[in-house]
Amino acid sequence: MTLTFENLSEFAASWGSAYFALLFLVAVGYALWPSRQEELDHAARIPLTED
Amino acid sequence: MVHGIQKKMTWGEGGLALAMTGLAVLSLLVAAKAYTTAYAFHAYLFAAASVAAVFAILNRYYERPAELPAQVIDGKPNYQLGPIKFATIAAVFWGIAGFLVGVIIASQLAYPVLNFDLPYTAFGRLRPLHTSAVIFAFGGNVLLATSFYVVQRTCRARIAGDLAPWFVVLGYNFFIVIAGTGYLLGITQGKEYAEPEWYSDLWLTIVWVVYLLVFLFTLAKREEPHIYVANWFYLAFIATVAVLHLVNNSAVPVSLFSPKSYIVWSGLQDAMVQWWYGHNAVGFFLTAGFLAIMYYFMPKRAERPVYSYRLSIIHFWALIFMYIWAGPHHLHYTALPDWAQTLGMTFSIMLWMPSWGGMINGLMTLSGAWDKLRTDPVLRMMVVSIAFYGMSTFEGPMMSIKAVNSLSHYTDWTIGHVHSGALGWVAYISFGAIYCLVPWLWNKREVYSLKLVNWHFWISTIGIVIYISSMWVAGILQGLMWRSYTKLGFLEYSFIETTEALHPMYVIRAIGGAMFLVGALIMAYNIYRTIVDGEPVKEASAKPALATGH
Repeated sequence: MTLTFENLSEFAASWGSAYFALLFLVAVGYALWPSRQEELDHAARIPLTED
Repeated sequence: MVHGIQKKMTWGEGGLALAMTGLAVLSLLVAAKAYTTAYAFHAYLFAAASVAAVFAILNRYYERPAELPAQVIDGKPNYQLGPIKFATIAAVFWGIAGFLVGVIIASQLAYPVLNFDLPYTAFGRLRPLHTSAVIFAFGGNVLLATSFYVVQRTCRARIAGDLAPWFVVLGYNFFIVIAGTGYLLGITQGKEYAEPEWYSDLWLTIVWVVYLLVFLFTLAKREEPHIYVANWFYLAFIATVAVLHLVNNSAVPVSLFSPKSYIVWSGLQDAMVQWWYGHNAVGFFLTAGFLAIMYYFMPKRAERPVYSYRLSIIHFWALIFMYIWAGPHHLHYTALPDWAQTLGMTFSIMLWMPSWGGMINGLMTLSGAWDKLRTDPVLRMMVVSIAFYGMSTFEGPMMSIKAVNSLSHYTDWTIGHVHSGALGWVAYISFGAIYCLVPWLWNKREVYSLKLVNWHFWISTIGIVIYISSMWVAGILQGLMWRSYTKLGFLEYSFIETTEALHPMYVIRAIGGAMFLVGALIMAYNIYRTIVDGEPVKEASAKPALATGH
């Protein structure tokens, strides 16, 4: 396959968007994972607990 | 020395002094052979600044003790506050300069005679001076000051580098001086929000890379294992602006001795790159950076954690993933392919979700403490800024819809929209942060006068409302006049007729802007009095690490 604009844009529009969507889902999964509650509660208090 | 440690010049001090000497020599060479006097003037400025930097570095070396400042004192991080203090004062100074130029150009639009028929005072030259002064000089210094403060405090670590933070702050402000004087002298590459020519761009690139490195290395040496969400927003802002700046300013100079350069992109590609840059300057400079301020200073002032930390993470990633695609909405109904316009519009509309998620997160941080709004004008300023953030991020996507855009584009509605974001959101969250930051930096209990903050708040708020509502009326009037036809199919109004019709709105706008300037002057006085004779923090409750500045 030669590197043309069409090939590149097709790759970006298919695999590229799938990759971004996956990456975003990983980020959302990280944020919403139930067992992370305690860690994130601590994180939220960082500005208030610093010395 | 009692400790017997021999004083040695660090690699940073020696290297930077040497590099600055080299820059001074190069600048003098360029000044001697420059094609234009304006460029020669800039080269002399570079030479003078580099020589001053060499003197400052050597002087600091001779004055300082043999040991570099400790990382930790009595178990507390020894925060470096000097560069933050400088950037804070610079922000207030540039803010007033930028608002003043804004009032001048608003008056020029109402009364063209104020252009004075001189090239240096023409609207075309003063307008980029205004936009750069408020966005990059005022906003930029606020971001430098708060990012260096927040990253140190939330990482519980002294900032990385000894001279590097100073280099970033002073180098950035030198860039501002070069850019601003360049506009007045007619040096511009004609790209909106990216007007500075190739040599200023190169200088900014160096400064910005050092900024990124200082930020990253500070994160790397953090004592707090979790990277607080504000730092994520700052990092996204710094990293993205670096990429935007490099791509949009890929230009080839005519000669080392000429200020003129040619962009490598051509035609439509250039337009798309420009608005990919332009819109993300809004998204990452004016939004992500100032959201970082919101996520630190709101909880701090309200003395409660952010409403939902989970939402803040989703807010961050959603904003990052979506903003980058919204640029094409600046090029509706142009030669840009239709699909790209629709893409830009769609992503702009999707941006409603993260924007409003963030707004709700910021506002709800106050839940259970709403009474503080009655007593604390600083908090009120920040809450109003978040409300404006919600309003302008509702208005923006609406204006990106093609049908709406066909009416609003190229009219003063856009100017009104930009200012509800810039005055209402960016400037207000910055004022809130400055009112918090100054007492913390100078070890004072509170700002000199909360009453004056209240005056600032009300005068500016009324000014903003006058400003944006006059621009709504002006914009819609203008849009409707441009598109109205006579029975015979001719355009009903000539351009000059629309300009005449707008005159009253332009006068009202100038008044609104002047009120905003008055508010900022009140702030400057308040900040000055806070630093000079604010009530110091009582020793018992003092935060020890704050005591040592430098």
